[in-house]
Amino acid sequence: MSASSDSAGAGNSRGLIAWIDARFPMTKLWKEQVAEYYAPKNFNFWYFFGSLAMLVLVNQIITGIFLTMDYKPNAAEAFGSVQYIMNDVEWGWLIRYMHTTGASAFFIVVYLHMFRGLMYGSARKPRELIWIFGCLIFVLLMAEAFMGYVLPWGNMSFWGAQVITSLFGSLPVIGGSLLEWIRGDYVIADATLNRFFALHVAALPLALIFLVIAHLMALHEVGSNNPDGIEIKKLKGPDGHPLDGIPFHPYYTVKDMVGVAGFLLIFCAVIFFAPTLGGFFLERANFTPANPLLTPPDITPVWYFTPFYAMLRAVPSFAGTQVWGVLVMGSAIVVLFFVPWLDRSPVKSIRYKGPIYKIMLTLFVLSFITLGDVGMHPPAGIYPLLARIGTAVYFAFFLLMPWYTKIDRVKPVPERVTGHV
Amino acid sequence: MAEKIDHGRRRLLTAATVGTGAIGVVFAAVPFLASWSPSARARALGAPVELDASKLEPGQMVVVAWRGQPIYVVRRTKDVIAHLGDHNELLADPNSDNSVQPDYIKATGAARARNPEYWVGLGVCTHLGCAPTSAPVRRGEFQVAGVDLGKDWPGGFYCACHGSKYDASGRVFKNVPAPKNLTIPPYALGKDLRIVVGVDDASQNA
Repeated sequence: MSASSDSAGAGNSRGLIAWIDARFPMTKLWKEQVAEYYAPKNFNFWYFFGSLAMLVLVNQIITGIFLTMDYKPNAAEAFGSVQYIMNDVEWGWLIRYMHTTGASAFFIVVYLHMFRGLMYGSARKPRELIWIFGCLIFVLLMAEAFMGYVLPWGNMSFWGAQVITSLFGSLPVIGGSLLEWIRGDYVIADATLNRFFALHVAALPLALIFLVIAHLMALHEVGSNNPDGIEIKKLKGPDGHPLDGIPFHPYYTVKDMVGVAGFLLIFCAVIFFAPTLGGFFLERANFTPANPLLTPPDITPVWYFTPFYAMLRAVPSFAGTQVWGVLVMGSAIVVLFFVPWLDRSPVKSIRYKGPIYKIMLTLFVLSFITLGDVGMHPPAGIYPLLARIGTAVYFAFFLLMPWYTKIDRVKPVPERVTGHV
Repeated sequence: MAEKIDHGRRRLLTAATVGTGAIGVVFAAVPFLASWSPSARARALGAPVELDASKLEPGQMVVVAWRGQPIYVVRRTKDVIAHLGDHNELLADPNSDNSVQPDYIKATGAARARNPEYWVGLGVCTHLGCAPTSAPVRRGEFQVAGVDLGKDWPGGFYCACHGSKYDASGRVFKNVPAPKNLTIPPYALGKDLRIVVGVDDASQNA
């Protein structure tokens, strides 16, 4: 921080760092956020997914920037320009598959990251804002993924956009004009594609990056939770650092590299050997151009939206409007924001929670997977019933939480993290 | 310089400045929000379309695009027309009270058409905007999109996306996802079965 070392700057990295530190808190930030950020030493497998989400975000931004260089955001040329990227641009196919696979990977790691939070009580006081920023990231991510899916302007892009924007049209009174306002035309058209492009490549990524920074700032302010759900800051050593904490760098940077290696192994396998993953990551109907007069026989969203789509379809129309399904689907996301206050258990982590929470969390995961499957099938036979049961269980997990976490039998929580030496 | 600071005055001025600024932000937001509405070009492209229905065979359907949306024109068979009022108990909104159509269409009751033989409607399912498939023959044995519509089928439309069923007047069945009857756009019937979609009166499109 001393200005006296200014003159020693040239050719001397220490001098250069001092020169910068006198003008910008580089070393201070590095220490606070990385080298001297003390994280609990008992992080397990589940703690990979936060840093993996960051990795995928970087992948999406870099591959996305390169895709915009060849993509044409207008209804006449969009489909063709994507084929051009796939066939004619040098390595274009790789960049696009990294982007499309990255979209699915994003949801996989984010869903696992959120599940980790539910398991270990990471949303509980004092981490409510971390959780809320995270939920906002999730909402933006869904908007980002939806708009990104429209851009190739395949027939499924078009009809998916038709169905999703129609959701706003079901709102009473304002629905019709709101729908025209969102679409910028009487139907999904060039204007819609163009504005979705603007939102997908500029507005939403900027908002996402901002929220990720807020998510991390809040995390580093209060400190990470851990699989035992205890506050490591309560017990500090003579050096003022938590007894059960270790510096994020090098301990967790190195550990996360193992996670990155494992992740990339699977990620690259998908890119190179099964980029569509049998229709899961890229749907077949999207390999034909958008056609407003030809509905695909069955409109299904990409896998990461199917649980919510199943909830939308689970609710029949009532009183002359189908807004109820839309409300149920919206509530399924809104309810996530309230988790920090719904959980009334005296302990945070599932390790010390009682059998009821364990059963409820298991049922919740099963309902989410079931809904995800139901959303991929036409609503006939057993599926409407499964959708309704799945929706009921999904909401029961959240709405009954204040009650069952209170009556549940809990185990005593240790002073120090499990396995400390 | 040693004057006493008037905090009340300072708060009032701060509040007034913030308030004025906020009003300015609201006004400045208007052009940006309005820019999302359909442009003059999009509105111009929403002009009426015309169709000659005289060549249609009974049971045949043609699709014309109006404002980029499919308009179905079906020449209904005599058999279907004669029995349009027979299945009201199967329908969610037999009198089209909760559905969208011009008043002159609602007044025609079960036919929902200016000319009972020629039905005109928007081929957009009122559930989530798919295009229903025409299944025009009464009491047939139908296999539409792998679904058997049954022996009691009165003729109409089936939406393969989520299984909604409509009768030949676009009236929705009970217990299907779609909440409303198919929308009928404003249209006029000119000379020699010239159908003009998008206007209420044929002379408007002279």
